[in-house]
Amino acid sequence: MRVHDLTIDGVAVSAPEGTTVLDAARKKGIYIPHLCDRPDLKPVGVCRMCTVEVEGKGLVISCKTPVRDGMVVRTESEGVSKVRQVALELLIADHDSDCLTCAKDTNCSLQRVARHVGVDSPRLARIRRERDRRPLDTSNPFFDFDPNRCILCGICVRTCDELQNINAIDYTFRGTKTLIAGFGNRPRIETNCESCGECVVRCPVGALVPKDSRQPSKLVRTICSFCGCGCGMLLGVRDGEIVSAAGDFKNPASRGRLCVKGRYGYRYVNSPERLTTPLVKRDGEFIPVGWDEALDLVAEKFSESMGDSFATIASAKCTNEENYVVQKFTRVVMGTNNIDHCARL
Amino acid sequence: MTTSTAIRRPTELHARLVLPDVEIGICLGTGGVAAGGDEVFAAFEAGLAGTGVFAVVKPREDTCPGSCASIIGTGCRGMCAMDVLVDVLTRKEGVESKVTYGTVTEKMVAKIIEEHIIGGEPVHKWIVLSDDEPTSHNEFYQLQDRLVLRNCGTIDPEIIDDYLEAGGYRGLYKVLTEMTPERVHQEVLASGLRGRGGAGFPTGLKWKFAAEAPSATGEKFFICNGDEGDPGAFMDRSVLEGDPHSVFEGMAIGGYAIGADHGYVYVRAEYPLAIKRLKIALKQAEDRGLLGANIMGSDFSFHLKIKEGAGAFVCGEETALMQSIEGKRGMPRLRPPFPAQSGLWTSPTNINNVETLACVPWIITEGAEAFAGRGFEKSKGTKVFALTGKVKRSGLAEVPMGLTLRDVIYSIGGGMKDDKEFRAVQMGGPSGGCLPASLLDTRVDYEELNETGAIVGSGGMVVLDVDNCIVDTARFFLKFTQAESCGKCVPCRVGTVRMLEILTRICEGKGVQEDIGLLETLADDIKAGSLCALGGTAPNPVLTSLKYFREEFEEHIHEKKCRAGACAELTTYWIVAETCTGCRACSRACPVDAITGEKKEVHVIDPEACIKCGACYQKCRFDAVRRQ
Ligand SMILES: Cc1cc2nc3c(=O)[nH]c(=O)nc-3n(C[C@H](O)[C@H](O)[C@H](O)COP(=O)(O)O)c2cc1C
Ligand code: SF4
Ligand code: SF4
Ligand code: SF4
Ligand code: FES
Repeated sequence: MRVHDLTIDGVAVSAPEGTTVLDAARKKGIYIPHLCDRPDLKPVGVCRMCTVEVEGKGLVISCKTPVRDGMVVRTESEGVSKVRQVALELLIADHDSDCLTCAKDTNCSLQRVARHVGVDSPRLARIRRERDRRPLDTSNPFFDFDPNRCILCGICVRTCDELQNINAIDYTFRGTKTLIAGFGNRPRIETNCESCGECVVRCPVGALVPKDSRQPSKLVRTICSFCGCGCGMLLGVRDGEIVSAAGDFKNPASRGRLCVKGRYGYRYVNSPERLTTPLVKRDGEFIPVGWDEALDLVAEKFSESMGDSFATIASAKCTNEENYVVQKFTRVVMGTNNIDHCARL
Repeated sequence: MTTSTAIRRPTELHARLVLPDVEIGICLGTGGVAAGGDEVFAAFEAGLAGTGVFAVVKPREDTCPGSCASIIGTGCRGMCAMDVLVDVLTRKEGVESKVTYGTVTEKMVAKIIEEHIIGGEPVHKWIVLSDDEPTSHNEFYQLQDRLVLRNCGTIDPEIIDDYLEAGGYRGLYKVLTEMTPERVHQEVLASGLRGRGGAGFPTGLKWKFAAEAPSATGEKFFICNGDEGDPGAFMDRSVLEGDPHSVFEGMAIGGYAIGADHGYVYVRAEYPLAIKRLKIALKQAEDRGLLGANIMGSDFSFHLKIKEGAGAFVCGEETALMQSIEGKRGMPRLRPPFPAQSGLWTSPTNINNVETLACVPWIITEGAEAFAGRGFEKSKGTKVFALTGKVKRSGLAEVPMGLTLRDVIYSIGGGMKDDKEFRAVQMGGPSGGCLPASLLDTRVDYEELNETGAIVGSGGMVVLDVDNCIVDTARFFLKFTQAESCGKCVPCRVGTVRMLEILTRICEGKGVQEDIGLLETLADDIKAGSLCALGGTAPNPVLTSLKYFREEFEEHIHEKKCRAGACAELTTYWIVAETCTGCRACSRACPVDAITGEKKEVHVIDPEACIKCGACYQKCRFDAVRRQ
């Protein structure tokens, strides 16, 4: 593929054809403020924070501008500062300002952009005003949506469309009434939302946040135990308890994505109802026993039922390899073809 | 070009079987219907039948041995303020004479029938247009050059034979038999036709791009933009209602030129009459083989669909419009790729405005030179304007490009209403701007108008007099754009509201000097940081007002004064004792009973109760009510 050589703030950068200036800068570790762009989504160019100056072309948005040989890009200039500063002030003026109580505090793209770009405080004061508070959508059991913190970057909408192919949410209404919501402004629980939480992870601000927003004290890299897909995940642990789960973007199989079970279904681990030892029924009651005793009992019962009086139903929680072993055991050891799997239903 | 022998001429029309002695044409455009056109129509039908003298006939279906009359509903002819307009054409011993009556109501019909149609003597006092005895309204048409509106008001849009008789579908026949697609775009390019939807891009060039674009899907589309969202504009509606086939023909010619065999007419759902007529026209054209598969027996097919839009201004923007046709929320997307490369369902797509398309059959039949012969420098042909506001004659006027604003306002519009002083003309609606008297000699020309900060746009022309406040007018247009912003871009979504709040502050007398600078800063950012032209042009009304009428902003801010008396918070009303006759006209007009006084004695306005509606000011005949 053709490679283009350009400079960004005087730094030489090479990037393959089709790369955007913003991506090229990102790869080189040069920060260009941005809010609506994400490397895993198609660029839309709506926040204007990524404005840069290209010699001979003037102001352009870097998330939509492909690299070209010989391009000279400046991320700072009078024109650049003006456009993005006023746009930023407009966003801030239309946003809640109680950052300390926001779940995304210190981890918010708007804060980062604001620190980088800076604001003209007197002007900001003049364009700030009392806003009507809009009702929260807390209908989803796993996460909440606060339109008062939403910057309408559209990342959630694009995530649901481009990555998940669900299209549960979209923009509704126009002008300042514009809102992200389900079809017909229905709460999320009444849409076809699968609660995968992919939008929640990508929301750059505190508009979409998990209901359980406890911060872990350490992360453990592991594989999701829910199904044979084996998505990579980072479990957040705090005082011996799992308090969060996040997709592992380094995992080549799942590339950071999880489904509703992997992302939000971790509470069973600490549930008091969880079985932690084998149980054997004696005289109508379940009695906890050791593994050896339990397995002996199973082997004894199996040997009483060789042939077609025996059948297995395998589990989707098992890997392919485990399922292979199950069928092999059933055919070769138990001598029957009575095999089924829950995923067939 | 296909072999001409196989292609049927579109002349198989149902000819008139009789030439009626009386032909009545009643305006049944939206304006006409709103003014009672349907009732007037029914009254003529019943009235004529009741005379026993005339048989009411359909000239293409009926024959009639004795005297007969026909009645048709026509489209809009532009003088909507005079609706219901009724043309009466009489034929006597081979001599035709035609007059037009204005503001006709059901009650007037009997008299017209009795005195004019039977008695032979027109009812002079109700005539608004006549070739024999010109009235002042004739001037409305004097400078006009009706090319787009050629059939509006003369044919019945629900009868395809009327269109065919007027030369319809000959342009399509000509391109199918004599011209290659390349010749068609060359011809349109040579005519100098530019898009009438606002941007003014050369139509022939657009077609060339779409024709040359490779299609990965194997399909191309041709769209007609009939969204017409500018407040006050209604030229596209008039064409769709009054002459739908001219748009279809333009589209089919365009489809042939770019290689598209499917097209969409996108019309806002608020135009039910236009939609109804389009559907009737489409059915008739398909039945005659003028649209659909193998048009006129050629191997060119063009299938049309009518798509109703839900009525968002932003859906007039081409990329948003295509999203809307695809069933998505109409929101603009960044270009490139342009529709010519990737448009509807990612296929190469051409989109043109209604008025643009209505020019096309005319250009093909009359020739590019005829079109290019009209107009001025880089703006050729004609443009339809919706002239409204404080002029004597408002309505739709089609003028050759290059006429001055003064010509349009003072000749066609007849000058200022009530002979008040001219203050400004607002050109181009919410994307345009307000121009002062010193610019009245500006020509109606894309380049000249752009230079002033206003635009030709869709052709809205609102004339303001001394009772209109410039700040308030700018606020009106901004209120519209801010509510219609699709919400995608930050500067457009939030910036316009902030500007609106500042303008409201100024109108309420709460503005400060820094507000002007802040307005300019925000305007610049919105222009620079908007993805589509809605945001890109939304600040124009404010910027031009600041450019030409800055002192009025400053008066509002520093002197807390609105010279037009339009900003309620800055205006007080009082009655001067010297001239008040105690006639009570004011106290009767006041909706909140703020005016007291005995009959024949001086009246007084209670400033606490007054809501500053200005009703008393309008009513007083003795100049006793004053305002400041
Ligand atoms: C906010 C917005 C609204 C528009 N509305 C209309 C409209 O109602 N009708 C129209 O023909 N063009 C409208 N346009 C222009 C279209 O995007 C497009 O340029 C036009 O339909 C092209 O046709 P033309 O080349 O024949 O003018 C609008 C543009 C913008 C940015
Ligand atoms: S949780 Fe998943 S399915 Fe639901 S809206 Fe977000 S991305 Fe779409
Ligand atoms: S909820 Fe978050 S991701 Fe979605 S538009 Fe708002 S700020 Fe963007
Ligand atoms: S400029 Fe305004 S209307 Fe246009 S895309 Fe942006 S937000 Fe939407
Ligand atoms: S990141 Fe480029 S416009 Fe938002």
